[in-house]
Amino acid sequence: MSEEAEGTRTLEEQQEMDDKVISPEKAEEAKLKARYPNLGAKPGGSDLLRKRLQKGQKYFDSGDYNMAKAKMKNKQLPSAPPEKTEITGGHIPTPQDLPQRKTSIVTSKLAG
Amino acid sequence: MAGPGGGSNDVQWCFSQVKGSIDDDVAEADIISTVEFNHSGELLATGDKGGRVVIFQQEPESKNQPQCRGEYNVYSTFQSHEPEFDYLKSLEIEEKINKIRWLPQKNAAQFLLSTNDKTIKLWKISERDKRPEGYNLKEEDGRYRDPNSVTALRVPVFRPMDLMVEASPRRVFANAHTYHINSISVNSDYETYLSADDLRINLWHLEITDRSFNIVDIKPANMEELTEVITAAEFHPNQCNTFVYSSSKGTIRMCDMRASALCDKHAKLFEEPEDPNNRSFFSEIISSISDVKFSHSGRYMMTRDYLSVKIWDLNMETRPVETYQVHEYLRSKLCSLYENDCIFDKFECCWNGNDSVVMTGSYNNFFRMFDRGYRQDVTLEASRENSKPRSVLKPRKVSTGGKRKKDEISVDSLDFNKKILHTAWHPLDNIIAVATTNNLYIFQEKLN
Repeated sequence: MSEEAEGTRTLEEQQEMDDKVISPEKAEEAKLKARYPNLGAKPGGSDLLRKRLQKGQKYFDSGDYNMAKAKMKNKQLPSAPPEKTEITGGHIPTPQDLPQRKTSIVTSKLAG
Repeated sequence: MAGPGGGSNDVQWCFSQVKGSIDDDVAEADIISTVEFNHSGELLATGDKGGRVVIFQQEPESKNQPQCRGEYNVYSTFQSHEPEFDYLKSLEIEEKINKIRWLPQKNAAQFLLSTNDKTIKLWKISERDKRPEGYNLKEEDGRYRDPNSVTALRVPVFRPMDLMVEASPRRVFANAHTYHINSISVNSDYETYLSADDLRINLWHLEITDRSFNIVDIKPANMEELTEVITAAEFHPNQCNTFVYSSSKGTIRMCDMRASALCDKHAKLFEEPEDPNNRSFFSEIISSISDVKFSHSGRYMMTRDYLSVKIWDLNMETRPVETYQVHEYLRSKLCSLYENDCIFDKFECCWNGNDSVVMTGSYNNFFRMFDRGYRQDVTLEASRENSKPRSVLKPRKVSTGGKRKKDEISVDSLDFNKKILHTAWHPLDNIIAVATTNNLYIFQEKLN
């Protein structure tokens, strides 16, 4: 009986191996799951889509900023560490921290 | 018009022009985001991440060089969109031009629609080659004359002047999209157009900016239940009641506006059945359709997903009639392509003028053409190395097996930062515009 069970297990393992050989996609999936074990089972689902819908969200509260400026008239506002790309949370951003939103008045190089 | 290079009857493609700087250091604003020929092919428009539009005009063919068609030179350039910040939603609105669509020409001026994530604008491009001269009260330079010095009366006349091309915004269609606009499409009635964002599609009248009709809304009541988004939409080329929209799940829905005001119920659903045994983590992501284009005839439509181009017969919903593999060798690289986000790249596709050949881009500045009739395909490269005037482009090959032949390039050597997402085919001739990251290449058929 135990021999039979072992036989079945070997069959399943064989099936998995076959999958990897037949489908490069499944092999890639296994690679991904090995690197990111916490990756959710639903890849195309809500999380990914919601991230896509929220593109462009920036966090800047003018009220907080002005209050902080008022409280610390003579002091420097704490500035962000240079690598920060997303300004959220405890740090109150200054105009210097926010990425520049200058309009492009420069002519396109295609027209040069 | 015949097919892509390779055989004796086939088209050979030659380098014609390249626009943009040779600089390797690419400013983000210079990244090309859309390319579109107008209906006659005389004008070629590009949009970039900096919100600028550059329009090129084809020079009339010269008798001196009958072996090549006219070159494209700068005709007009303007700032279409500016960056904005929506303070209410704390949302940064990019000025990047997502799409440009030309209106058919009705009079001397040219009109195009350009859109960023939130706002669509109708631009009028007009030529001025005459100017009034001989005013009574003004000098030629515009300064007002001393009224006491005016002793005679004359009628101002129009005199020829150097050609000036002016672009002016005629309509601004704003505040109709909560999500990011991915497509605009002009209706064959030449009066209306649609704009599509991730969850909704709106119908506009070109003359009316303060109102638009919502014709598709796939937003679920509970956002937690969101499973798919709209990725592209287009009106049928000659049936003004019909449009299609594609989804992130690989389906295309065709809708008939005569059926009801809100086209949430599709008239046709195009979906290729998937083998459940082949399903993987990546299946849905790579099935997401990045572009949908009707054939000029209106009989077929083409969709582009991550690895392939599919041609659908509008009369058959169950599966595509043709499937072309763009870069199947990437299927065994999906893990790294997911990690570097390349798996989310949105490639576009286009038809040639008589619907016999389709084209789409790939990585390493490669682009692919598929001849539907001859069942041939070719891979070409847009690079400065092949940019000697009228030099014929050599077909490129990616080696997938262990053995790499002399001129082939291995999959691991491909540069995934060099992507060709946007290509356009002249509506009548074998002239193509291929956009690399910040350069625009124009290739023409070799004429003997």
